[in-house]
Amino acid sequence: MKVVTGQRPRMHRVLFDLPATMIIGGIILFASFVLAFFPSLFAPYDPNAFDYGALLHAPTLAHPFGTDNYGRDMLSRVIHAYTIDMQIAVFATIVPVIVGTLIGAVVGYAGGLTEAFFGRVVDAIITFPFLVLVIAIVSVLGPGLINMYIAVGIIDWVFYGRLTAAEIKVQKRLDYADAGRVMGYRPSRVVFRHLLPNAMTPALVYWMTDMALAILLGSSLGYLGLGAQPPAAEWGVLIADGKNFMTTAWWISIFPGLAIVITGLGFSLFGDGLAEFLRTRR
Amino acid sequence: MSAKTDGLHVRGLCATFETPRGPARAVDGVDLDIAPGEVFGLVGESGSGKSVTLRALMRLVHPPGRVEGNVAWQGRDLMAMKPEELRRMRGGEIAMIFQEPMTALNPVLPVRVQIEENLRAHTDMNRRERRARALELLDIVGIPAAARRLDEYPHQFSGGMRQRVMIAIALASSPKLLLADEPTTALDVTIQDQILKLLLDLRDEFSMSVVFVTHDLGVVASLCDRMAVMYAGRIVETGTVSEVFATPHHPYTRGLLGSVPHGGAERTMLASIEGTPPGLASLPAGCAFHPRCEFATDECRRERPALEPFAPGRSVACFHHERVARAEELA
Amino acid sequence: MSFASFIFRRVLQMIPTIVFILVVTFVLVRLLPGDPASAILGDRARDADVARINARLGLDQPIFVQFLYFVRNVFTGDLGNSISLKVPVARLIAERLPVTLLLTAMAAVIALVMAVPLAFVSALRRGRASDVVVRGAFQVGLSMPVFYVGLVLLIVFSANLHWFPVGGYGDGFFAHLYHLFLPALTLALSLSAILMRNLRAAVIGVVGAEYVDFARAKGLRSRLVLTRHVLRNALISTVALFGLQIGVLLSGAVVTETVFAIPGAGRLMIDSIYGRDYPVIQGLTIALAVVVSLIFLATDIVQAWLDPRVAR
Repeated sequence: MKVVTGQRPRMHRVLFDLPATMIIGGIILFASFVLAFFPSLFAPYDPNAFDYGALLHAPTLAHPFGTDNYGRDMLSRVIHAYTIDMQIAVFATIVPVIVGTLIGAVVGYAGGLTEAFFGRVVDAIITFPFLVLVIAIVSVLGPGLINMYIAVGIIDWVFYGRLTAAEIKVQKRLDYADAGRVMGYRPSRVVFRHLLPNAMTPALVYWMTDMALAILLGSSLGYLGLGAQPPAAEWGVLIADGKNFMTTAWWISIFPGLAIVITGLGFSLFGDGLAEFLRTRR
Repeated sequence: MSAKTDGLHVRGLCATFETPRGPARAVDGVDLDIAPGEVFGLVGESGSGKSVTLRALMRLVHPPGRVEGNVAWQGRDLMAMKPEELRRMRGGEIAMIFQEPMTALNPVLPVRVQIEENLRAHTDMNRRERRARALELLDIVGIPAAARRLDEYPHQFSGGMRQRVMIAIALASSPKLLLADEPTTALDVTIQDQILKLLLDLRDEFSMSVVFVTHDLGVVASLCDRMAVMYAGRIVETGTVSEVFATPHHPYTRGLLGSVPHGGAERTMLASIEGTPPGLASLPAGCAFHPRCEFATDECRRERPALEPFAPGRSVACFHHERVARAEELA
Repeated sequence: MSFASFIFRRVLQMIPTIVFILVVTFVLVRLLPGDPASAILGDRARDADVARINARLGLDQPIFVQFLYFVRNVFTGDLGNSISLKVPVARLIAERLPVTLLLTAMAAVIALVMAVPLAFVSALRRGRASDVVVRGAFQVGLSMPVFYVGLVLLIVFSANLHWFPVGGYGDGFFAHLYHLFLPALTLALSLSAILMRNLRAAVIGVVGAEYVDFARAKGLRSRLVLTRHVLRNALISTVALFGLQIGVLLSGAVVTETVFAIPGAGRLMIDSIYGRDYPVIQGLTIALAVVVSLIFLATDIVQAWLDPRVAR
């Protein structure tokens, strides 16, 4: 473990020292999660209410993001989609983070043949284009979010495994790891209690990027009709809904896309800032 | 300012870097005069500003580092040169070799390319002439089986051979002045001797001046005609090598020479001097050396001594240089 | 070790990868609910027909023998027949894959043409306005899903400005290039953002290297210093990254072909999912994985050529 000395820095000092990217990203993510948990508080209309009196309305004060071909309010649909898309970000990645990090820790500590075998598995898995393999798996399991999580889980853990294994190998050579061994701790204790907490940084930083990638993947599958199923409001599904009205009602597709971009920016800014923060703290 | 039109004449050279703790003067008002054919030693601890001085002369200090001062080369103002004139001067008239050939040679280009591109930049040779010259250069610097080794990459050479390669590259276009930045520090002692001898031979063959930056006083004693000692970005003492070695007038020089026998034929690293060199961003007031100086007085803590001549060809920046010289004679 | 033996060893390394690709695709189809025979014949098949099909496909053999049959078939170019289109899968792939490869190749070229100069501008003017603008724009580009970029480009350049067709592939090579330009640009944006970021960092690292100072001290023209000494060294890590991004690029191609209605392998794959055409999905998965592993091989060779330290 890193030896922590001196006083805890005061809260306002910590906030002041945080990288600007981390603060901006953090604000975006906080807002996104609030919208995801309480969409009804912010959405002006029922996202699924048809209004045949307001079909394909361009953005106005009453409907800032316009309406779709059923007269549904696009702002409300975009806000309600936060629930599904933020859920995709977390649920698609949480199992790979945990499983991958643990496997990576074991592989990195064991080294030797285990590591060589793991390396071959990683090489082979990354030979499949990610989306192609996910699509192949989803085609077998059937469309839907749960099957997408399973498909992502089968592949995505290798990235965390590789990052953590590499970092564990670095940590293993440091003095404190030897200290643990000399004290006669079991290898499992050395790995999981002593090495892993210090070796998690790369996986943690990658997790932020990966959640943005999960949203991109989830919305891509939604767009292709293989992810969240209509009438569920999901950004990719909303964009697909609007593609037939591309020339006449651009707003149906444009605003859900902006939500993806902003959320993705939130994750990557926060991740960049987190990396910088953890680097300077060392 | 000298009106001479040959050699290198430097007046008031400064190099400033911004640091989180304020601007740091790595080079602070350096004056140098190098005559044609002369071998000049620039001595100091690491961080004294000697390497930055060389880089500043070649205008190789990266922004945001700033360089000021007058540098006249063969009567031309080097600091005001336009890019094309500067380019022709670099490598063509003034060449530079670095301390660590492993990092100074491009790892992904064969040696041949790295020699020939110098010839291409400064001569009218055609392809065949360049090849012949590259081969000849490797021969001159004493690399065996030169024809075969031309197409090899830097990592395939040993440390000493690599330094010979760098010298061959630097000298390809027969420069008139060679700036050598600790060219032997990274090498084994036996190899060091070979490289130094090679440099002296080449000085004669190319009839060029050499500025030799080092912290090895033995190298200075065996190689150089005149020398300057740098401390915290300033020159604190200059003179001919024999005079400075015989009677150092600056306490820092005296400290450096402490363990070198008179005559200085033996190769010796800097003698240990109490204390450490000051950080450039937080130089002490007065003479920068006073915290480590046994001769220091209140005057030294208050005021900074200027570099002043005290005998023909000798200068020193110390209020008490006569006391220092006497102490040396008594010892 | 010579360059040739490096390539030989690297080619040998592909063997376990190919075996793994075959195992995965074999297992994938075995996971299907129901048996392939009824998938081919439909629900109302007679038992005799099912048995005949099973025997023909070798499904009455032990699983390991089935796998060997499968491997033999793949190596003889027999990937089975498409259920919905009733033609050999190998022929479908031969028709459609080149379209996807042309699209990806164009995207790669466009991405490099954008990333290399911008990375240089950004790295050499670090912290200045142009650097901030370039990096900001690419950060946004990275967060955009491919299908969204495609739609936006379609709305602007095809639907409104009428500079490019709304979709399709056209007839003849130059018509192909014209039709594929917008889709390729769509794919190129995120790739160029990733390459730009990496190359910018690499250039910043290399510009500070001593051999670049030495090259300047030799009096080389600054353009030569930048191309021969800076770019070549900086490209080494970018080439490796480029190889790793090929899978992402092909994934993007699947989506892009759907957005722009391009008759490529990706579009075929999506259509096959809707039609539950498993032999096609299996064949395409193998084909695309093999393409990726070949490109890994190519980028490793380029990297060894750029950096003599790798092969020796």
